[in-house]
Amino acid sequence: MKIGVYTCHCGSNIAAKVDCEHVAEWASDLEGVEISRDYSFMCSSLGQELIQEDIQKLGLDRVVVASCSPHMHEPTFRGACQRAGMNPYLCEMSNIREHASWVHEDRGEATDKAKALIAASVSRVRYHEPLFPKQAPVNDATLVVGGGVAGIQAALEIANAGYRVYLVEREPSVGGHMAQLDKTFPTLDCSACILTPKMFEAGNHENITLLTYSEVEKVSGYIGNFTAKIRVRARSIDEVLCTGCGLCEEKCPVRIVDDVFEAGLGRRKAVYRPFPQAVPKYPVIDREHCTYFLKGKCRLCEKVCPTQAIDYEQQDRVLEVEVGNIIVATGYDAFDARRIPQYGYGRYPNVFSALEFERMTNAAGPTTGKVLLRDGVSVPKSVAIIHCVGSRDVRYREHCSRVCCMYSLKFAHLVLEKLPGADVYNFYIDIRTPGKDYEEFYHRLLEEGTKFIRGRAASVSDATLGEEEEGKLIVTGEDTLIGEQRRVPVDMVVLSTGLEPRHDSHNVARTFSISCSREGFFKEKHPKLDPIATMTDGVFIAGCAQGPRDIPDTVAQGSAAAARVLSIIGKGQVEIEAAIAEVNALTCVGCQMCIGSCPYNAIDFLEDRMVAEVNEALCKGCGTCVAACLSKSITLHHFTDEQLVAQMMGAMDTLFALEPVPMEA
Amino acid sequence: MKYAYYPGCTAEASGAAYDATSRMVAKELGIELQEIPDWNCCGATEYFSIDHLPAYALVARNLALVDADETPQVIAPCSACYINLKKVDENMLKHKDLRADVNEALAEGGLSYTPGTVRARHFLDIVCNEVGCEAVREKSVHSMDSLILIPYYGCYIGRPEQNFDDTENPQSLDRLLSGLGAHVPDYSLKSSCCGGHMPQIGMEIALGILRRLLDLAAKLNGDAIVVPCPMCQLNLDAYQSYVNSRFGTDFHIPIVYFTQILGLAMGMDPSTLHFGENVVSVEPMLEKLKAAQPIEKPKKKRDKKALPMPLPLSQDKEQL
Repeated sequence: MKIGVYTCHCGSNIAAKVDCEHVAEWASDLEGVEISRDYSFMCSSLGQELIQEDIQKLGLDRVVVASCSPHMHEPTFRGACQRAGMNPYLCEMSNIREHASWVHEDRGEATDKAKALIAASVSRVRYHEPLFPKQAPVNDATLVVGGGVAGIQAALEIANAGYRVYLVEREPSVGGHMAQLDKTFPTLDCSACILTPKMFEAGNHENITLLTYSEVEKVSGYIGNFTAKIRVRARSIDEVLCTGCGLCEEKCPVRIVDDVFEAGLGRRKAVYRPFPQAVPKYPVIDREHCTYFLKGKCRLCEKVCPTQAIDYEQQDRVLEVEVGNIIVATGYDAFDARRIPQYGYGRYPNVFSALEFERMTNAAGPTTGKVLLRDGVSVPKSVAIIHCVGSRDVRYREHCSRVCCMYSLKFAHLVLEKLPGADVYNFYIDIRTPGKDYEEFYHRLLEEGTKFIRGRAASVSDATLGEEEEGKLIVTGEDTLIGEQRRVPVDMVVLSTGLEPRHDSHNVARTFSISCSREGFFKEKHPKLDPIATMTDGVFIAGCAQGPRDIPDTVAQGSAAAARVLSIIGKGQVEIEAAIAEVNALTCVGCQMCIGSCPYNAIDFLEDRMVAEVNEALCKGCGTCVAACLSKSITLHHFTDEQLVAQMMGAMDTLFALEPVPMEA
Repeated sequence: MKYAYYPGCTAEASGAAYDATSRMVAKELGIELQEIPDWNCCGATEYFSIDHLPAYALVARNLALVDADETPQVIAPCSACYINLKKVDENMLKHKDLRADVNEALAEGGLSYTPGTVRARHFLDIVCNEVGCEAVREKSVHSMDSLILIPYYGCYIGRPEQNFDDTENPQSLDRLLSGLGAHVPDYSLKSSCCGGHMPQIGMEIALGILRRLLDLAAKLNGDAIVVPCPMCQLNLDAYQSYVNSRFGTDFHIPIVYFTQILGLAMGMDPSTLHFGENVVSVEPMLEKLKAAQPIEKPKKKRDKKALPMPLPLSQDKEQL
């Protein structure tokens, strides 16, 4: 066996704390080591060529690169080995940067640690076996979950490239939160005007199968070959017959508060379309509120429908679709401001949430765009906008929701536009305007006469004093710029509620085998370099489901996710990682302990042979099943017992040889 | 139910009515109170900012005097006493140095205290969460449905956070009083400060704070402000006439302890409930109670123009 060891200086990243030259010289004496070199940047082309030359000239059959984390450069060095004709799995990395030079202050200790890590790798790499990744074909259809602007964008990009998309939306119409908004910052263009063409296109595209009022229940399979079970809820409307005339909605006697699209500020009927431009145009009957479904009487909609499209007997359908990739763009929930009782939402009528205010300013909303108090008649003369409600607050959500400053500025502008002469106060902690033309918008607002008070508002109460304050709300808070308590009586308070993960995001994550942050936002593969992919190959995330963001960023992510999917479809084949588990069918006792232990549902039980079998495409090589197996029948390739023991022995032998560790420590 | 009982200094002076009625109510509810022998002052709010160690030792002495095996929980009716007992226990548990220093001081008097052995409880907490509002309601014989009672908790209940009730919108007193039939409005200043010892430091500031509290209670047509703290009671009651002369107002709102209301509900003779010790007369409230004219709840008019209003979180079934 001929092993080559390459110790990287990483400029001064490693060399500042590890004596790389000494380590390289020391490693040349390790068993089986043919050549040991050190070099300033192993990852450079010259560094890689060094390895390639040695493999070819010296006939190396194993390579150890002591540098940074394999997360960083394992593909680089495996690639170098492969180019020189060596199986890439015969290359092993020692992480002497994150695990040694960056975490030790003492140069001697860091050098010793590097030696131990390299010895471990040299000892391990001897047991490496050549492994060969398999190829699987890719189904060119895509499942997009969530019909907000992120999902619509992603679906259109893929559909326009000529591939089938299943776009699944939980509500009766696509559009998401963006459809609720009136104006969008900083350009103040009409949200519906820019969104509805996209909604219409998605609804009528020949390559998009639109499934609204539907939810994905189960996903199985792996990248290139997923099967998704989708429940299409009964609309109680025959879509073939319905013309979308809206007569049923007009005549329906039931009026209930619409907590979803109107954010609680308006009402809708029991048979309804959330808004006039809804896509698809067909209404749904809300069976929880429909008099016929509750009491067995009414059927008024059936009587008035000119095309007999009402179908009370309709059942939920469960569809199974086969797709190669999945994009999860399920959006966000608005923070429930009632959780902060001192701001009075749900206690005082004239405290409004941000989404309520969006609906209020919307010309198609409950007040036809007029800014009114809760009585639906009075016009406020003064409005306080409180920033960071539920955001940037360790008691609720620690994160900054990113859009609230900008939409609060937009609110202030809209109040001044609709009610000239009104007093508008912004209670803010910091004004955060990181976006193109955003700061300019803030400056415009400063000039328009909005009053800015720097300090988190402490409370909103009805504790007025004197006749002139009668009926007003008192906002209190510290003005940190002048160092004084402020007490501002206003007619209306708008709470700039933050963005939080969907209430059921943990369940959704489980359905798609992806993970969530503790808060509940979906976790990306890498926060900076791979924010679209997830740890599950073939499942991508876009929009606010991954974290709060504004519309331009959401649309960009939708397109990015589509590009990722298209590149996989274009390749046509996926490579399946070879470092995965394998069950020895001869010794497997069929106890199925491994099946319960697998976090990726990657192990099947073969009923006919009574043994477990690992699905090669699903297995992530985590090794949990190996530990769970009672009969020691599972091997994790590239992490075999032999390899791991050899690695530990290599490290321990070196440490003991260098300096005896006192037993008491 | 047997608890150690720490009356606190006010029990022997301005808050005598609270101490006496707490004992009466406890007896009626089957709570046995074991007064801590030879207890001393808790140092109130001031001592902690003057000298740390003696302040801690002063409170810890009371905890050390509790027979923790027999009564591992101590009831304090006064919110300041309650918070001090709780704070000392928790901080001694958290900080080893403090524990050692305090115990060194206690050793001079032949005492020691192991933090975590005596849990301080507010009397309101015991009544609402151990006895339970439902059990209290069952014991009551007179409905309070002719009264509008303003629940005022003061700033110590619910503070610091993770106390037995919400910091900003506590509910226990609301639930207790509504359980007795009273009309209980959402008093938004319920957990605001009463001024504490501010009347001794800055009368102008104190009167401003008190006026705000009284003004909102008057606006809600309160027949009385109900308190679980002798400091709040004293400030609102004794300085009410000061507020009137300073601001030209005309408040006559009786300030009563929740234990006095419980006593009335459970049928105790009003003459035994120490109402005579109040500065602002309680007579109008008692008269109203005697007349027993239930308050008519305002009919909700359905205004077609009005926009829908979000339900309070406590009434939203989907969220519970």
